[in-house]
Amino acid sequence: MDTNKPPQAAGLYHPENEHDACGVAFVAKLTDGPDHGVIDRALYALENLEHRGAAGADPTTGDGAGILLQLPDEFFRAVAGVELPPAGRYGVGVCFLPTEEGAQARLVALIERTIAEEGQRVLAWRDVPVDDAHVGIVAGRSAPCIRQVLIGAAEELPDQDAFERRLYVIRRLIEKAAGEQLAIPSCSSRTIAYKGMLTAPQLSGYFPDLKDERFTTRLALVHSRFSTNTFPSWELAHPYRTIAHNGEINTLRGNVNWMRARESQLASELFGEDLGKVMPVVKQGGSDSATFDNVLELLVLAGRPITHAVMMMVPEAYRDRTDVPPAVRGFYDYHACVMEPWDGPAVVAFTDGRQVGATLDRNGLRPGRWVQTSDGYVVLASETGVTKAAPSEIVRKGRLQPGKIFLVDLEQGRIVEDEEVKARVAAQRPYAEWYAERVVHLDDLPERAPRAPRVEPLRSKQLAFGYSQEDLRMVIAPMAANGEEPTASMGNDHALAVLSDRQPPLFAYFKQLFAQVTNPPIDPIRESVVMSLATSVGGSLNLLAESPAHAHQLFMRQPILRNQELEKLRQVSHDVFHAATIDLTWPIEMGTDGMEWRLEAICAEASQWVERGANILILSDRNVGAERVGIPSLLAVAAIHHHLVRAGTRLRCGLVIETGEPREIHHMATLIGYGAAAINPYLMFESLDELTDRGLLPIDLDRETAEQRIVKAIGKGLLKTFSKMGISTIQSYCGAQIFEAVGLAPELIERHFTGTASRIGGIGMDVLAKEALERHLRAYPRTGREVLPVGGVLQWRRDGEVHIWNPDTIALLQQSVRAQNGDGPQTYAEFSRAVNEDSARKASLRGLMRLRTLPEPIPLEQVEPAEEIVKRFSTGAMSLGAISRESHETLAIAMNRLGAKSNTGEGGEDPSRYEADSNGDLRRSSIKQIASGRFGVTPHYLVNADRLQIKMAQGAKPGEGGQLPGHKVDDYIAWLRNSTAGVGLISPPPHHDIYSIEDLKQLIYDLRCANPRAEVSVKLVSEVGVGTVAAGVAKANADHVVISGHDGGTGASPQSSIQAAGIPWEIGLAETQQTLLLNDLRSRITVEADGQMKTGRDVVIAALLGADEIGFSTAPLIAMGCIMMRVCHLNTCPVGIATQDPELRKRFEGTPEHVVKYLFFVAEEARELMAALGVRSFDELIGRTDLLELDAAIDHWKARGVDLSSVFTMPDVPRDAPRHRTRPPEPVLEDALDWELIRQAEPALDRAEPMRIASTVRNVNRTVGGLLSSEIARRYGPDGMPADTIAVDFDGSAGQSFGAWLMHGVTFTLSGETNDYAGKGLAGGLLTVRPPEDAGFAAEENVIVGNTVLYGATAGRAFFRGLAGERFAVRNSGAVAVVEGVGDHGCEYMTGGRVVVLGPTGRNFAAGMSGGVAYVYDEHRTFASCCNVELVELEALSEHDEAELRDLVAEHAQRTGSPVARRLLEDWEAAARAFVTVMPRDYRRALEERAAAEAAAAQPTAEPAGA
Amino acid sequence: MGQLGGFLKIHRVGFDKRDPEQRVRDYDQYFSLQPEEELRKQGARCMDCGIPFCHEGCPLGNLIPDWNDLVYRDKWQDAIVQLHATNNFPEFTGRICPAPCESACVLAINDDPVAIEQIEMAIVEKAFEEGWIVPEPPDRRTGKTVGVIGSGPAGLAVAAELNRCGHTVTVYERDEGPGGLLRFGVPDAKLPKVVIDRRIALLEAEGVRFEYRVDVGRDVTAAELRERHDALVVAIGSRLHRDVEAPGRELGGIHFAMDYLYQRNRWVAAQEGRPSRAPEPGSEIVAAGKRVVVIGGGDTGMDCISNANREGAVEATILDVYQELPPSGRDARTPWPLPPKRTATTYALEEGGARWWGTEVTGFAGVEGRVAEVHARRVTGTSSRDLQPVAGSEFSVPADLVLVAIGFSHPEHDGLVTALGLDLDPRGNVRTRQTYRASEAGVYACGDARVGQSLVVTAIAEGRRCARIVNRDLGGSPMDADREQLAIGAWSGVEDHTLRHEAEAAGNVRLGDDFFSGPGGTI
Repeated sequence: MDTNKPPQAAGLYHPENEHDACGVAFVAKLTDGPDHGVIDRALYALENLEHRGAAGADPTTGDGAGILLQLPDEFFRAVAGVELPPAGRYGVGVCFLPTEEGAQARLVALIERTIAEEGQRVLAWRDVPVDDAHVGIVAGRSAPCIRQVLIGAAEELPDQDAFERRLYVIRRLIEKAAGEQLAIPSCSSRTIAYKGMLTAPQLSGYFPDLKDERFTTRLALVHSRFSTNTFPSWELAHPYRTIAHNGEINTLRGNVNWMRARESQLASELFGEDLGKVMPVVKQGGSDSATFDNVLELLVLAGRPITHAVMMMVPEAYRDRTDVPPAVRGFYDYHACVMEPWDGPAVVAFTDGRQVGATLDRNGLRPGRWVQTSDGYVVLASETGVTKAAPSEIVRKGRLQPGKIFLVDLEQGRIVEDEEVKARVAAQRPYAEWYAERVVHLDDLPERAPRAPRVEPLRSKQLAFGYSQEDLRMVIAPMAANGEEPTASMGNDHALAVLSDRQPPLFAYFKQLFAQVTNPPIDPIRESVVMSLATSVGGSLNLLAESPAHAHQLFMRQPILRNQELEKLRQVSHDVFHAATIDLTWPIEMGTDGMEWRLEAICAEASQWVERGANILILSDRNVGAERVGIPSLLAVAAIHHHLVRAGTRLRCGLVIETGEPREIHHMATLIGYGAAAINPYLMFESLDELTDRGLLPIDLDRETAEQRIVKAIGKGLLKTFSKMGISTIQSYCGAQIFEAVGLAPELIERHFTGTASRIGGIGMDVLAKEALERHLRAYPRTGREVLPVGGVLQWRRDGEVHIWNPDTIALLQQSVRAQNGDGPQTYAEFSRAVNEDSARKASLRGLMRLRTLPEPIPLEQVEPAEEIVKRFSTGAMSLGAISRESHETLAIAMNRLGAKSNTGEGGEDPSRYEADSNGDLRRSSIKQIASGRFGVTPHYLVNADRLQIKMAQGAKPGEGGQLPGHKVDDYIAWLRNSTAGVGLISPPPHHDIYSIEDLKQLIYDLRCANPRAEVSVKLVSEVGVGTVAAGVAKANADHVVISGHDGGTGASPQSSIQAAGIPWEIGLAETQQTLLLNDLRSRITVEADGQMKTGRDVVIAALLGADEIGFSTAPLIAMGCIMMRVCHLNTCPVGIATQDPELRKRFEGTPEHVVKYLFFVAEEARELMAALGVRSFDELIGRTDLLELDAAIDHWKARGVDLSSVFTMPDVPRDAPRHRTRPPEPVLEDALDWELIRQAEPALDRAEPMRIASTVRNVNRTVGGLLSSEIARRYGPDGMPADTIAVDFDGSAGQSFGAWLMHGVTFTLSGETNDYAGKGLAGGLLTVRPPEDAGFAAEENVIVGNTVLYGATAGRAFFRGLAGERFAVRNSGAVAVVEGVGDHGCEYMTGGRVVVLGPTGRNFAAGMSGGVAYVYDEHRTFASCCNVELVELEALSEHDEAELRDLVAEHAQRTGSPVARRLLEDWEAAARAFVTVMPRDYRRALEERAAAEAAAAQPTAEPAGA
Repeated sequence: MGQLGGFLKIHRVGFDKRDPEQRVRDYDQYFSLQPEEELRKQGARCMDCGIPFCHEGCPLGNLIPDWNDLVYRDKWQDAIVQLHATNNFPEFTGRICPAPCESACVLAINDDPVAIEQIEMAIVEKAFEEGWIVPEPPDRRTGKTVGVIGSGPAGLAVAAELNRCGHTVTVYERDEGPGGLLRFGVPDAKLPKVVIDRRIALLEAEGVRFEYRVDVGRDVTAAELRERHDALVVAIGSRLHRDVEAPGRELGGIHFAMDYLYQRNRWVAAQEGRPSRAPEPGSEIVAAGKRVVVIGGGDTGMDCISNANREGAVEATILDVYQELPPSGRDARTPWPLPPKRTATTYALEEGGARWWGTEVTGFAGVEGRVAEVHARRVTGTSSRDLQPVAGSEFSVPADLVLVAIGFSHPEHDGLVTALGLDLDPRGNVRTRQTYRASEAGVYACGDARVGQSLVVTAIAEGRRCARIVNRDLGGSPMDADREQLAIGAWSGVEDHTLRHEAEAAGNVRLGDDFFSGPGGTI
């Protein structure tokens, strides 16, 4: 069934990178027998989730939809055509067979033979009827032949569970034998799946079975898929056999490896000998969901209740929590010794046919809402409003909560609460006792005297391990001084490791992956509640058994071991733990051959030690000395890890590495990512001691404190690194290989870094060995006073690493745009030559490329003029805040003069810039960025844009947020950002309204509503899989996608992020182009590339690799005078560019002419190259990879292994397939409810006449109010209309983003409920949500609005009678809201406004809250434990606040009829005493300062206040 | 590094200069260092640039931000290690370098640059004072020997570096003492000779041998030297004077500046009891009581004025062909970070004398065969190539002594260069291309002899780089592998593309056009 599969890997496209996200729902019938109504309800829900799914280039072909049901006995008895055994004694296997008859016949024979061999009976085959009218064109072409095989149970099987196991064995045997030809979506006596590459509405049409009234069930699990690709795949539709999943398992690679490592230990009494037949447990090439399903299924069939298995795989964040019962905590502790978490944002809906439930990841990053109706049904879905039940029929409703399980037990006929489920599972065995008895804490081991093999001079060791002065001064010293990683700025322009002659460490070849779009990164600081650094070593036991011995692990609080801690491990004397040390060095006389020889040897030694019972392997390079050279530590760890995984013995030991090499956070992260449980970076500690002794650290820092701080700094850095990928615990990061290698040979990757993405080849073992020897030769035989090499990676040095920006290139560029004597073009030519022919060749991939020019160029005048080419240029998203107002406006003027685009960056824009200056210049930025902080994002800002850019990631620090320190927030910036001067501002790592691709689709829709005339752009950063994400972006109806390189700039980022995350744009752009072409999506979307663009050659190469447009950032800054101080984050830029200091800003001497001249030089250079290539227009240039080749003239000894052919691959698509954008966007707004509102409100819009409208609303009506608000902002400006001009009363369940962008003058009152993102970006409007009059439930106990309500609101008022979900009022900067209870992370990152909570709050309230005030009604005095008090203080209500609060509560009562509010008002005095005020410390300080300043300013001579 | 925002709070404070009226009465160093505390503050002005243009502006690549910071933090001993890592003789450059680093300092864009040179000198002087600088002879000898001809800064640097590599080095010097123009060209007021002697003593202690009064080609043949050594390094400087071509040049009382400076330096040495060769009787050049005109406004010209003032000249006038410098000291042709082509050094003029800008000498008039007047006219233009006389601007200056200080054309060809049969480049310098290897096997050239007249800092840099090549050709030692790569560029086939070292390395420096060979900028 080849057509059933995505295409094979080709070029840079790899099917493994596909992502999906989805809508998921289940329906369960609590009482009575099965009926068909369950299916009807499930299909209704599914169809109402359809907007969460997606269609590709062929709009009739969906990404997949499916349903999992109880096996309907009555139905099969009727249609089987044979006599069936009693229910439970037969099963049905659903088979996707190839349509080709011969192949099908062979497979049918295989199936029948296997069933027989396993002692069961084939009862019958049934062709599943399908209706081709209900399938898309593309999907139809690849549709499999779907047949069901009915299997009868053998007599000797004792029970249904045994039969289920037998069916499982049969299925695995068939799957293994059939390979890719066959898929078996389900094979069970309890459940059955119907699914396919369908849209939600097609599902029931395609499968007439589902309409058959005899088809009855008590549960139905449905799923609608949104995949990043459009390749036909029927099998990848959900549900799987036990789950339907909405999310991502980020740690999949590690989980798969660990599962594989476990297999040799698996044993099960229930399966006995059969277990061997199902191995490998994980089906090769499956998606994350499929893999998860494989493991869950095994755990359940091997005897664990499904709830137990789910709790093992997706544990909640339990560490350091007091509200988790001891038994449950013990359960988690115990199981942490057994299995690492499957980490990532996910809703997993699961069933074994008897219970159906759902759980949410520990951080609550997916939505889930449920209702219970009076007629006995429970419906859970990604959204609310997917049932037909009237409000009066609803008994209860709620939402999935982070880490909680929502379970319906059909046998008991009831919903089982999370606490009960967990208590019951935890009580199965005395897990807590087992754990407490057996686990050993590192701290409890006795101290040991150090035992080092040799003592070498420090300097020699530093030289041998490649230390530089920079490492000491700029990495180690600041970490020790401040307890955190140093911040840096500007982009990374130095040589890729594979091009560097400076022997970069192996770590530098590995680039960190990060979450973008398909899953969210985490904020490890503000959401530290979900993070954990705890690690353990020891041997693991059989996964399928349970015993106290399973808990025998050596536990460590964090993975960086100081020397004495390592000694405790090395000399452990314990009846269970046995440590062995393996020497990672080889004798120098063996030369380069020695490394591989030794590598083989250490792998063998590791195996031998494991056989002899060692369960802690310490890999040590302490033996490095004059005659012995060290294997790169990362290579050693990865080699042994993979060797033991292959040998099946990996889980019998833990790996600890004792090495002199690592000294940066990235180094530690890679070691852990490839399997090290703990690291002793002894030379880093010794170097730190030297710094302390030499007095190069702050005086008050003694050795002990310095070491503690550096350990702390590394811990924080590691959390940052995991969280970029959305991973919360070190346990699941360990071995997860969240890296892409750039510049390593395929053999090396395959053998020692198995499964790591690596696409351009590069150096092999020989070069690694040579470089190890070169480093070693610096140190030996000579020692003594030798100074360390300078480094020159973080700051340019002449003898250091090559940088493309260097004194030469910067001076030439500046001189070229300033030349007054006509020398400009010539000087620019010198500049571009210096870049193109020298520094870029030494540093970048494009430097290795050659243009296939014609022998005779075409005449230059035939090439598109430069005036046209410059229109394709834009400047990067540099925020006002990062750079000064003068620089920001100069860039905007320059780009507007060119007809090109500048970008606001995050942080709003001064409306005065929307009007032209007297000389005709316009200071408005064409591109308005929407970043995660949403600062200044108002409808007025959005309507004044030509392009709206959603920043998913930034090249310098993908997967991270930002922070504008308080000292850069002056009055002007505070005003623009709607915040308080002097108070630092945090942009979270994720957009809290984008946790998945369907969320992005929603935000794109929101932005289209906010400005239907603007293009919507999504900014991504290169990493493996960016192409598939870009395809998803295209399918989410964006107009434009930016592919940024890893080398993009920044005003402030952690050092390791600038250096180590993301990959060059050359690869990401090529992957994007190839994937879009393969998906037939290229014509839908404009592609822009950016990242260290400097010359016309860069522009041409980007175009050839697929870019329609080019972004520049650093180079225009340099044209304006930037000299790469790299101190943007310190506010001391001496040329007035990256600073807010008024004195320094005066030094700014840049002009728009500088930028205009520079970009024209670039365009002219590009034209000359186009002429040389024989290409007349830019459009013709795009995607012509045939004009590129590897430059044979560049014979660099390391670069020889680089193979760019995958980058140059032209996908197999028709010759005339468009290679650039040719089509307008999809008209997605056509059916918006707002058009009707606007039509009705015309008199109000025209003449500001107050009016009242009534409307119903459903969950499919999204972003209601957005278009209306856009219209008001366009016509009336930032302040909109007078309050209550347009009042609309709604009735129903509103869809996502209800009331988004709501402007001054609009009042929405909803009787019903809303989904997520209500009041997003509220901008002065008034939003009320209250339950319907006839509601059958108490509002204050039920969820009325979803997650992430009032995100980025800037003004307005909101009243919600009922509970809200997670992240209520996140990043609110001005709205006033009243709500009756909130979930976790309430008021996160809030910078202004007021929030009143009249009921319970979840955990982590006020995390990152730097402004505004919250009042929480804390009747039971429990709030303090829920509040994150890092930035805020809790205090009693002041008199002044009390009056304000009372008014708000009264208004809430009046607008919503809330009985809660009424009760409080009845005895206000008592109520007021129960309120707690949550006050951010910085905010209060700033308010006090302002008050003092205002008092002082009351003097007549006072300056006018800032803007 | 440095103090955050220090440059906003602290102002530049230069060397402490003695009162001109006082200092003109002696030959002692006319400037001194600011107190240590002040210097540390000056170090705090350093901004720790992401791209330290100073470090690139320095031909030696001194790690300026690194030691600025160490001084700021009071880590002087670390600072001297860092300074010595790139510069063998910071006590020379700290005194007489025109400091292209300071011109390239990022603060120089819109503020006063960091006082780099003063900090440099302070580091090395403190290190000497504290006894941190001690001889560091090599651990072992390679058995190879090298002859270095010339003991100027290039010769000394190449000798120091090769000795450190373990080769046995002999330096041949035709004069009576080491240092070349450092000793005989630069006045004691700028560079007290004890500073040279102090360094020579260290080099001798490290094993470098010096043979003075050996004029290769006369006292020993070139062939003999080639026989004696495994490698020969020609570091004889660029000593052929450029001359004024104008009527009356043959008159008595018109001398080359360097002849005058040699005599004055030897006179001072004799006064201080150091060995010195006396001038041939009758060839004495005396400024005392005379009206002195110096042609050429570079450092050599200034040094002539300085000596003339000390000798007791009646008048001292400089005729400078170039236009007056703008107040910034920088003209449009040398935008930041390039150093200005002209130095505005006026220490000598502070002590007396005048400079006439934009004047060109047209002839000399004499009485009894001795010069009495210099004829000149005004000119406009920015370089020697576009000078335009101003009609009717002719004037005369009375003169009893005229000193010609308009630079040098190339090394002396007679003697050594001819005897060794070395190829020359179009400008008459020893041709080596980038490799420092002259046309004869085993012979190398560096410094002014190779690139034409330049700065002392360039000469030291030349010597250091030449030493790497020589060392490698002699078999070197494995520990130098990385350095060699840097010296010749690890990227085969592509030339190193840094701001000015390429020109320097290629030896294609154009006289009058490149900063290190401006008129009069001999050192």
